[in-house]
Amino acid sequence: MLTLENVSFEVQEEKGQKEIIRNMNLTIGDHKFVVITGPNGGGKSTLAKLIAGIEKPTGGRIYFEETDITDLSITERANLGISFAFQQPVRFKGIQVLDLIRLAAKKNLSAADACQYLSEVGLCAKDYIKREVNASLSGGELKRIEIATVLARNTRMSVFDEPEAGIDLWSFQNLIQVFERMRESTDGSILIISHQERILNIADEIVVIADGRITRQGPKDEVLPELLGTASAVDACAKFYQGGDRK
Amino acid sequence: MMDRIQQRILEEVADLHEVPEGAYNIRANGQMAGRNTTANIDITSKTEASGIDIRIQPGTKHESVHIPVVLSQSGMKDMVYNDFYIGEDSDVVIVAGCGIHNCGEQDSQHDGIHRFYVGKNAKVKYVEKHYGEGDGEGKRILNPVTEVYMEEGSSMEMEMVQIKGVDSTDRKTKAELAAGAKLVVRERLMTHGNQYAVSDYVVELNGAKASADVVSRSVAKDSSYQKFDSRLVGNESCTGHTECDAIIMGDARILAIPQLEANHIDAALIHEAAIGKIAGEQIVKLMTLGLTEEEAEAQIVNGFLK
Repeated sequence: MLTLENVSFEVQEEKGQKEIIRNMNLTIGDHKFVVITGPNGGGKSTLAKLIAGIEKPTGGRIYFEETDITDLSITERANLGISFAFQQPVRFKGIQVLDLIRLAAKKNLSAADACQYLSEVGLCAKDYIKREVNASLSGGELKRIEIATVLARNTRMSVFDEPEAGIDLWSFQNLIQVFERMRESTDGSILIISHQERILNIADEIVVIADGRITRQGPKDEVLPELLGTASAVDACAKFYQGGDRK
Repeated sequence: MMDRIQQRILEEVADLHEVPEGAYNIRANGQMAGRNTTANIDITSKTEASGIDIRIQPGTKHESVHIPVVLSQSGMKDMVYNDFYIGEDSDVVIVAGCGIHNCGEQDSQHDGIHRFYVGKNAKVKYVEKHYGEGDGEGKRILNPVTEVYMEEGSSMEMEMVQIKGVDSTDRKTKAELAAGAKLVVRERLMTHGNQYAVSDYVVELNGAKASADVVSRSVAKDSSYQKFDSRLVGNESCTGHTECDAIIMGDARILAIPQLEANHIDAALIHEAAIGKIAGEQIVKLMTLGLTEEEAEAQIVNGFLK
């Protein structure tokens, strides 16, 4: 469904060129639920932006359902069926939640239909539908509205950049359910960038990215135990919370 | 009596598709084109100057007055004085508006001087829309002057809208508030081409617990120029807030001058002003929803001015 072929992304810095993505090859299959993880600064968010067209690769090609989309704009990719949920959602003065969901759905949804998408992400819809997407909303509320816009688009490929960031623990459980339901209902693939074990745990496939390269890729059952096993910090924390080291 | 162009302009400025309910006075090309009065609202022509007196009886509730003005004759210069006497304890909606259609070579101009005498505990909602159209060389000019005198406990909400087609505007608004009076102003303005718009407010808070909230949201496009000058004067224990929030585009220029003057220890006054271009990430977000850059920009501007 989505293929990256030798994709590179370099930026100009004071000290010279810096490679954020290095000659990357990646295929996301049809009807797959893929989670990309890895250390901060490894290039995950950049990869998501390259797929959505927000950044253009400095080398290589990107194909979406057999179409070479490397040189296509954000708009053209969106209309071909790629959706993108921002890590830090954008605020708009004056634009209401209902307006944004209607724009996402590309039709003049009734308020009741738009409410369904909000309910889906755990927002009491009638309280939010007329609210402006501005600074009066909390980070967690904006984040859930952002996810609702992607649900409303219902496209072949949905990319989420750290959907858990800024969402409180109570809502997090609902978020997992959102993705589980989405996996059942969508006729496409879902790509999520995440650090959360519980999101990794519902993946078909896990891709680990570090230093601009894919360091591991495979089925969740193979990759997740390795990640948890080698992540000594996670292990140490687990012991700490169990009181193991303090005895 | 009115032709098609005039009827369309009437729709733009007053949302009127036909003759309104309640009291109204329609002015077209400097002449009265229709008038209706009710038991509680009387409209009479001035004898010494051009214009009308609108008298609303005390206690009049849930009635409306429409006083739209239409100019469709190129080169027309029209000046009117309209005085509103709003009786105590009344609760009314007043819709004014001016639309100019100028296809000719000469400038068309309408200067409306509106004075509101708002009685004790009266409640007024005032809506004023400005609109211009026509592809002639002649300019479309509107210079409204609004004076508001508010008695104790009265409240007035003013919605001033100028979104399209007016080449030059010099708006002056002055208000004096007695004890407990409350004034809310919401101005929405968009300028494009070489348009010029000045909006000048002076609000004097003269009575205890008077309050004013004067907020402008504007978009300046192309090579247009906007000036927003809002001055709140606190002469008693009162609260005041004024805000200018503007989007700048192209080669436009914007000058925002919020001013506060406190002449009393308990005058609590606040001003805010922000001018900036559309944030790039807002456009990117809407493009990820499938909008083109131009469509995204239009949505952001429409939302901002809504």
